[in-house]
Amino acid sequence: MNKASRLPRAAMLFLYVAFTLIPLYWMLNTSLKTNEETLSVFTLWPRNLTWANYITIFTDPSWYNGYINSSIYVVLNTVLSLLVALPAAYGFSRYRFLGDKHMFFWLLTNRMTPPAVFLLPFFQLYSTVGLMDTHIAVALSHMLFNVPLAVWILEGFMSGISREIDETAYIDGFSFPKFFIKIFLPLIKAGVGVTAFFCFMFSWVELLLARTLTSVNAKPISAIMTRTVSATGMDWGLLAAAGVLTLVPGMLVIWFVRNHIAKGFAMGRV
Amino acid sequence: MNKPYNNKAWFFILPVFICVAFSAIVPLMTVINYSVQDIISPTQSVFVGLEWFRAMMRDPELHGALLRQIIFSLCVLLVQLPLGVGLALSMPSKGWQSSAALVVLSMPLLIPWNVVGTIWQIFGRADIGLGGHALSTLGIAYNYASNPLDAWMTVLLMDVWHWTPLVALLGFAGLRSIPDAYYQAAQIDGASRWAIFRYIQLPKMRGVLMIAVLLRFMDSFMIYTEPFVLTGGGPGNSTTFLSQYLTQKAVGQFDLGPAAAFSLIYFLIILLFSFVLYNWMQRTGSKPAGSDHE
Amino acid sequence: MARIEFRNLGHAYGANPASAKDYALQPMNMVWEDGGAYALLGPSGCGKSTLLNIISGLLVPSHGQVLFDGKDMTSMPTRGRNIAQVFQFPVLYDTMSVYDNLAFPLRNRKMPEAEVHKRVHEIAEILGMSDVLKQRASGMAADAKQKISLGRGLVRKDVSAILFDEPLTVIDPHLKWQLRRQLKQIHQQLKLTLIYVTHDQVEALTFADEVVVMTDGKIVQKGTPDALFERPEHTFVGYFIGSPGMNFFPLKLNADGASIGAHKVALDAATLGMLKSVNHTNNVLSLGIRPEFVDLAQPGASGALEAQIDSVQHLGTCQLITATVAGHAVKAKIDTGIQVSTGRHWLRLARPETIFFCNDERIAR
Repeated sequence: MNKASRLPRAAMLFLYVAFTLIPLYWMLNTSLKTNEETLSVFTLWPRNLTWANYITIFTDPSWYNGYINSSIYVVLNTVLSLLVALPAAYGFSRYRFLGDKHMFFWLLTNRMTPPAVFLLPFFQLYSTVGLMDTHIAVALSHMLFNVPLAVWILEGFMSGISREIDETAYIDGFSFPKFFIKIFLPLIKAGVGVTAFFCFMFSWVELLLARTLTSVNAKPISAIMTRTVSATGMDWGLLAAAGVLTLVPGMLVIWFVRNHIAKGFAMGRV
Repeated sequence: MNKPYNNKAWFFILPVFICVAFSAIVPLMTVINYSVQDIISPTQSVFVGLEWFRAMMRDPELHGALLRQIIFSLCVLLVQLPLGVGLALSMPSKGWQSSAALVVLSMPLLIPWNVVGTIWQIFGRADIGLGGHALSTLGIAYNYASNPLDAWMTVLLMDVWHWTPLVALLGFAGLRSIPDAYYQAAQIDGASRWAIFRYIQLPKMRGVLMIAVLLRFMDSFMIYTEPFVLTGGGPGNSTTFLSQYLTQKAVGQFDLGPAAAFSLIYFLIILLFSFVLYNWMQRTGSKPAGSDHE
Repeated sequence: MARIEFRNLGHAYGANPASAKDYALQPMNMVWEDGGAYALLGPSGCGKSTLLNIISGLLVPSHGQVLFDGKDMTSMPTRGRNIAQVFQFPVLYDTMSVYDNLAFPLRNRKMPEAEVHKRVHEIAEILGMSDVLKQRASGMAADAKQKISLGRGLVRKDVSAILFDEPLTVIDPHLKWQLRRQLKQIHQQLKLTLIYVTHDQVEALTFADEVVVMTDGKIVQKGTPDALFERPEHTFVGYFIGSPGMNFFPLKLNADGASIGAHKVALDAATLGMLKSVNHTNNVLSLGIRPEFVDLAQPGASGALEAQIDSVQHLGTCQLITATVAGHAVKAKIDTGIQVSTGRHWLRLARPETIFFCNDERIAR
């Protein structure tokens, strides 16, 4: 790239980074103020910095349980999605079979379905089998969207591994499970990482199904936040603090995979 | 890779098939069932055939929501695609700057969707938000809660803030996959910056951009949480898009029959678009179907 | 067309190179004559691509100078150097037709369209692609695509040198020789300076007038294919050129002559004298002889040693013998007519064609 184009590119990037970060900063700002300060004067940073909002969340079970519940079903979902998607992706990657192309497309269509369409049937379905208000219900319902994505991503990575490796392993006497766990998985660990990342992401951020299928025991943080209207009006500070805390898992995940993100992109695969 | 034909591969696919079929086919059957019944009470229902479908077609509220949805999705594509591509081109490819840019850009994608709504809810208010306050200081009358146009602008801006990084990251992935030799050859051929973009980068990015168009169109067509939190669909119903309309009908008003009928139509619209775009992607050879690779 | 000269040219990726290991390309001098066809031969990672990128301007060397016709071009960017490069895989503008691909470099330099038309047709004629000009470049076979890449370099009249970076890598084997032949024809027709990088010795030896052999960032020999074969300056050249490569044996000198391991080797007085003059401590002497020059001998003959023949393979044009002499593996190529079986034989290793090396470098007679 020639140097002449560096300045406008850098400027654009800088502007967009600012655009991204400013609203986030504002939420952080609001979370560190008392409601009195927020509603009375307009300040760019807290005059009286207070941790009260955060303390409330960490000490009030009706708040922190929300985070715990969300974490539980997200992890459940990621693990289950991977368990189910890995063999399927292997099948698509290594073999042709009756209806393979149609099956693949059908899987993807599930990713593309509006969750609202499944709202009612899921509600009735999970009520009927007695799984309402459980973590597993939310995890299972999210699998509808995450499993197709997982299969898609994993299949891509798996197809990058040549079949010769499978055949060599069989010649060397590996049974299939041993081959898969000891040889194949390590080779695609970047793919597993990317898949886990996306499964985590979609499950953590989803609101509609998570809220509909839960009431008390498994209520996720997203549902708790959407009912923060009290008699005294919106508790902005508390809401903002809750919001900031929901960013933490995401930021942690990005931080840990930051080196792999660039490498993953270099491999030319999404 | 030449793949052998072996129907035993179905054993690998079985867990996924059962899982997704259970989650998808059973509910779908339920929805189809409801769509042709008038559910008078939990135990009493009357078969009404295609009545609900006809009613839906005539429903002015549905038409309104559909129109708003189409305009919204088109605006989303028109803004996010060029912006995302521009960002992808601006991003550094090596060094700590590259990691830092990727990290910052990924942040909006990892925020729970309701929190996205909350962030902009706070940010856009004239009394407690930086954005709203800044606008009113400049003398611009802005209130997303009472003015439909302001509400639209805010919802669009929020979606741009939220999802442009996805297009940018996809575009970036596409750019990374271009071998250096192409840029070297372009230098040797004396190509201008614009020619490099037009003849090398854009064609090579076509695959990922198709994915971006597909994903953004689908997701924007299904959007629910963010506008719900930000405006609740208002003022009035000016920012009520299709998903919210459906949810209101199904869970709010408990009109199961019409809601089910509409669900089916909604689903079929998306299916149609995804089928068309998917085939387009197939033909341009960008993303393989999953069964045949080079 | 240009005469390219290197003055003390070297490249190190790190900041302060201390020893030879730190250099990707060790400083050296070299001249590439105008209109010559050169091959740059060496194994992967030897620095040949680094060298090529320095010539084309895609890399600025950390030490030394590059001169084109006497002018210092070391820091000149690629655009100003008038070179063309053909890469390992075809690099094309997929959305354009063959014609537009060839016209691209000319149009970027604002040449009038009529001249562009003339020039593109000229080059298409030479490449044998006149009938496919209107087709989309992306749909063509790999060898056609490489020809288009080449064409983009030829189409500019002011091009001083064409650089090839292993261009036949993606071409089907049965088309490789065809393309090589066409390249040679183009060279004869247009009299351009061509520099061809490859790790395939057959390509290098058949294509070039002179071959530059490299290993580990160092240029070990520059010469005609014959010179490389018969008088390798370095053990690496002996080993790399030839199929199979040269046989090497460590040589020890003592009071009554030379020996390989426990076996004496009878050498003539002149050779012995030459070896004695470099036989200082820490100098490693070795004897090298190509399989083509090893032959069967009578027991006890001059320059011969006892050998255990392990296998005899008929290769059609010759027989390949694999044997062991004094614990070292030997390969020999002999005529098909000679009867030989496994077992103990004598092989003559010291002959006029034998080369002697001191610390891997040829001892000049």
